[in-house]
Amino acid sequence: MENARKSVFDGAAVSCVRGARWVFAGLDFTLSSGDALVLVGPNGSGKSSLLRLMAGLSAPSSGKILWDGADIGADRQSHGARAHYVGHATGVKPALTTAEDLTFWSTFRLRDDPDAERRALEHFGLTERASFPVRFLSSGQKRRLALARLLAAPAPLWLLDEPTVGLDVAGQSALESAIAEHRDGGGIVVLASHVAVALGGSEREIDLADYRASHADDAGDIWSEFGA
Amino acid sequence: MNGFTAIIRRELKLAMRQGSDAAIALMFFVLVVALFPLGVGPEPGILERISGGVVWIGALLAAMLSLDRLFQADHEDGALDLLVMAPWPLEALVLAKCLAHWMVTGLPIMLISPLLGLLLHMNTDAYLTLLAAMALGTPVLSLIGAVGASLVLGARRAGVLVSLLVLPLTVPVLIFGVSAVEAAAIGQDAGPHLMLLGALLLAAIPLCPWAAAAALRQAVT
Repeated sequence: MENARKSVFDGAAVSCVRGARWVFAGLDFTLSSGDALVLVGPNGSGKSSLLRLMAGLSAPSSGKILWDGADIGADRQSHGARAHYVGHATGVKPALTTAEDLTFWSTFRLRDDPDAERRALEHFGLTERASFPVRFLSSGQKRRLALARLLAAPAPLWLLDEPTVGLDVAGQSALESAIAEHRDGGGIVVLASHVAVALGGSEREIDLADYRASHADDAGDIWSEFGA
Repeated sequence: MNGFTAIIRRELKLAMRQGSDAAIALMFFVLVVALFPLGVGPEPGILERISGGVVWIGALLAAMLSLDRLFQADHEDGALDLLVMAPWPLEALVLAKCLAHWMVTGLPIMLISPLLGLLLHMNTDAYLTLLAAMALGTPVLSLIGAVGASLVLGARRAGVLVSLLVLPLTVPVLIFGVSAVEAAAIGQDAGPHLMLLGALLLAAIPLCPWAAAAALRQAVT
């Protein structure tokens, strides 16, 4: 992230089929260092599915997602190292303390920098809760802890799925300043959110509803494969 | 490898703080074996004859108890997504999980098994062989179990399903484990049986994490 080299994250004609139904099709995007992309659209329009495709957790039904021209599915480890994904489920463990949970993820992501962890906790206002078991945290504090991973183990690509759920005003502004700083450092942010989040600069927007209607007719072909 | 030890440390910490899983497996093992003298009758001849088999079957069943939780908790709370997005091979992650699972369930089962042999009048000559066979066999149970546990993610009644899937696959461990103990009890060489158990372990170490990792990738899509 610190290097001056520009990274390009793009997708060409990306389509997603879930449960034998076209969620979206023919979606293109291009993002380079410092860019932000906001995904909007009604419930069920595929925002989370697209973020999971971008994370490399699932593969697009057709089309390609590329990082610097290389298919992210071809080298999942490298993509895992460069992408942070914060989904609906926070993945925090009730039995660990706040600091232990964060330390695990930063060690796991092969970045063991105690100072970065301390700063991450401080940024999200969790310093006083560092030795608390996670089970005593409120849902908003658990969300903050999940977001603190972004700072504890830096990675150039942030994929955030409704990151503001449960956050209070201070939590959201901590997230906004983290995003702005990340973009200043050349990071890329993709965010799906129903509430307005200030991203510290210009941003692009994709409305997933636009990629649905034009391909709705194709759904019949998929269903026919299942004999419906 | 940083990530590998991080996983093991986390799993052990979680197991120690949530203790119940490991303790339940161990108590189940003791109870099942302790029921046999009550059911079969206390004649030393009969108990001694079946002791190897009883201890091994008890160990198999006890190892099944905590298997369904191996990946389930991570699957439910979203941590599995992040584990799959690891900057290092998923197969190594599975191996770390298996090793931690073995340390929490297989190792205590192995250590307590001679004590249960005593309860069944097992020939004292067989104790060392029993320990050796358990040391080779119980890690195989965790490894094969990981394949089952990753396949049943998201299924209802996963705990029962994983036992149904995994128990048939553990038959070779049972056969060679029991024959090693019986050979030692009648003064024969247990070496070949232990070597076969060792071969099972060596085959399971690369194959099971590979299969389980493929199932985990499927589970998060």
